[in-house]
Amino acid sequence: MILEIDNIDTYYGQSHVLQGISLGIDEGEVVSLLGRNGVGKTTTLRSIMGLTPPRRGSIRFQGEEMAGKKPFEIARLGIGYVPDDRRIFPDLTTFENLEIARRMSAKKRGHWNIDTVCDLFPVLRELSSTKGTHLSGGEQKMLAVGRALMKNPELILLDEPAEGLAPLVVVALSKAISEIRDTGVTVFLADQNVRFCRKAADRGYIIEKGSIQYQDQMKNIMENEEIVKKYLAV
Amino acid sequence: METLAFQGLIGLSLAMYLWLIAAGLTIVFGVLGILNFAHGSLFMLGAYFAFTFYGLLGINFWLSMLLSLLGVALVGLIMERFFLRYIYHLDVAYQLLLTFGFILIFDDAVKMIWGGVFMIPPMPDFFTGAILIFGRPFPIYNLFIISTGIGVAIGLWLILERTWWGRIIRASASDREMASAIGVNIPILFTTVFMFGAALAALGGALSTPVRVVAPGIGGAIIIQAFVVTVIGGLGNLKGAFVGAVIVGVLTAYGILLFPIFELFIIFVVMAAVLLLKPEGLFGG
Repeated sequence: MILEIDNIDTYYGQSHVLQGISLGIDEGEVVSLLGRNGVGKTTTLRSIMGLTPPRRGSIRFQGEEMAGKKPFEIARLGIGYVPDDRRIFPDLTTFENLEIARRMSAKKRGHWNIDTVCDLFPVLRELSSTKGTHLSGGEQKMLAVGRALMKNPELILLDEPAEGLAPLVVVALSKAISEIRDTGVTVFLADQNVRFCRKAADRGYIIEKGSIQYQDQMKNIMENEEIVKKYLAV
Repeated sequence: METLAFQGLIGLSLAMYLWLIAAGLTIVFGVLGILNFAHGSLFMLGAYFAFTFYGLLGINFWLSMLLSLLGVALVGLIMERFFLRYIYHLDVAYQLLLTFGFILIFDDAVKMIWGGVFMIPPMPDFFTGAILIFGRPFPIYNLFIISTGIGVAIGLWLILERTWWGRIIRASASDREMASAIGVNIPILFTTVFMFGAALAALGGALSTPVRVVAPGIGGAIIIQAFVVTVIGGLGNLKGAFVGAVIVGVLTAYGILLFPIFELFIIFVVMAAVLLLKPEGLFGG
């Protein structure tokens, strides 16, 4: 397994957000974390990155324990992170946003570079010297994915990648995710859009109130009306 | 008219000291989020170090400058690495207390090492003399200060806009957490930026030695002016620090010439006006 999360508890101040989450992802898989807003999806990804470190439990990436590691060390070990609010550096241009990630990476070679990222999202090439603050939401989302890929990560964490995107862009994005998987990158994505996850992911975990309730192949989750109604329907 | 233009030049050389000290203050605030009250003390240490190397030990003027910058950068390293680092997550009141404590410590340390007397460091021979501008003799050294200040401004602009170190600094200043998530080693970046800011303050202090007295407490005096400069220009904004320094420097020079009693008063009136009309400063927000 590339990522093993074992019984983690994560808090925001006094509030106990993740209550004993365990899950595992194999190399080359696309796995989704499904659940409504506020159930702990973002916190799970932030725990993996070390941005909100768990108080208990263990997270192992490629067999190595992540507890006690700082976010920049975790990033350099090969985890790319795309936050739900994109967090593009506003003062840097599109290409600077991409290049800065490559420069901060321990791994300078690999499939992903400015050219291959722009092949994946051609619009980024046209916006090469536009400052991050002038990009639209969808453009920022693509740039955020591209920035994470520039590190040539082994694992990429996507937080709500489809949220707020036009339907056509969502289709392009799920195509992009399968292209990303084809280059050998493992994908872990958190989203509440079941249909998008069905297209993009192989397997899914359902999270509710800070713990994993159910896990199965995406196909089976979609067919299980009871589960969809209970945990995912809005 | 010529008197006014000439006094403007005097004001400009005054402005350059303020610029050098405000630049470091504002960079450190913009990146680390720390308002360093002891930044003026680093200016003072720069002056004492330069005075010691050049005036007392007779080392070459340029080498003395360099040694003074490196020495103060080292002091900055100790301040950031062993003290400030532990209060980033605390309330701003703790920053004020800690950095104010540093002012007292540095002032006393200086008294213990160099004594409490005023010292007037020597001027290097190649800077003595003046050239005629607007029919009056203008000190060569002041021209040197003005060109150094402008040179530092251009250099800082180039570093921040055109180098990867500068881009990493800008990215981290705007979003520290995301920068760390792409692999920026924030603790090391903070230490380096703090040392860099300290060296800028030291440059101001070292350059002031041939024309200003060196004495304990000069840091506390100049930090007030530097704060006025950054408040006018916008805290955390380099362009603002430069423009603010020029405004304060030139106004001080005219104040001395035209209304000697109100010299300080004028500056604070300008600051109050900026705070009322554009509280985030001319270039802030």
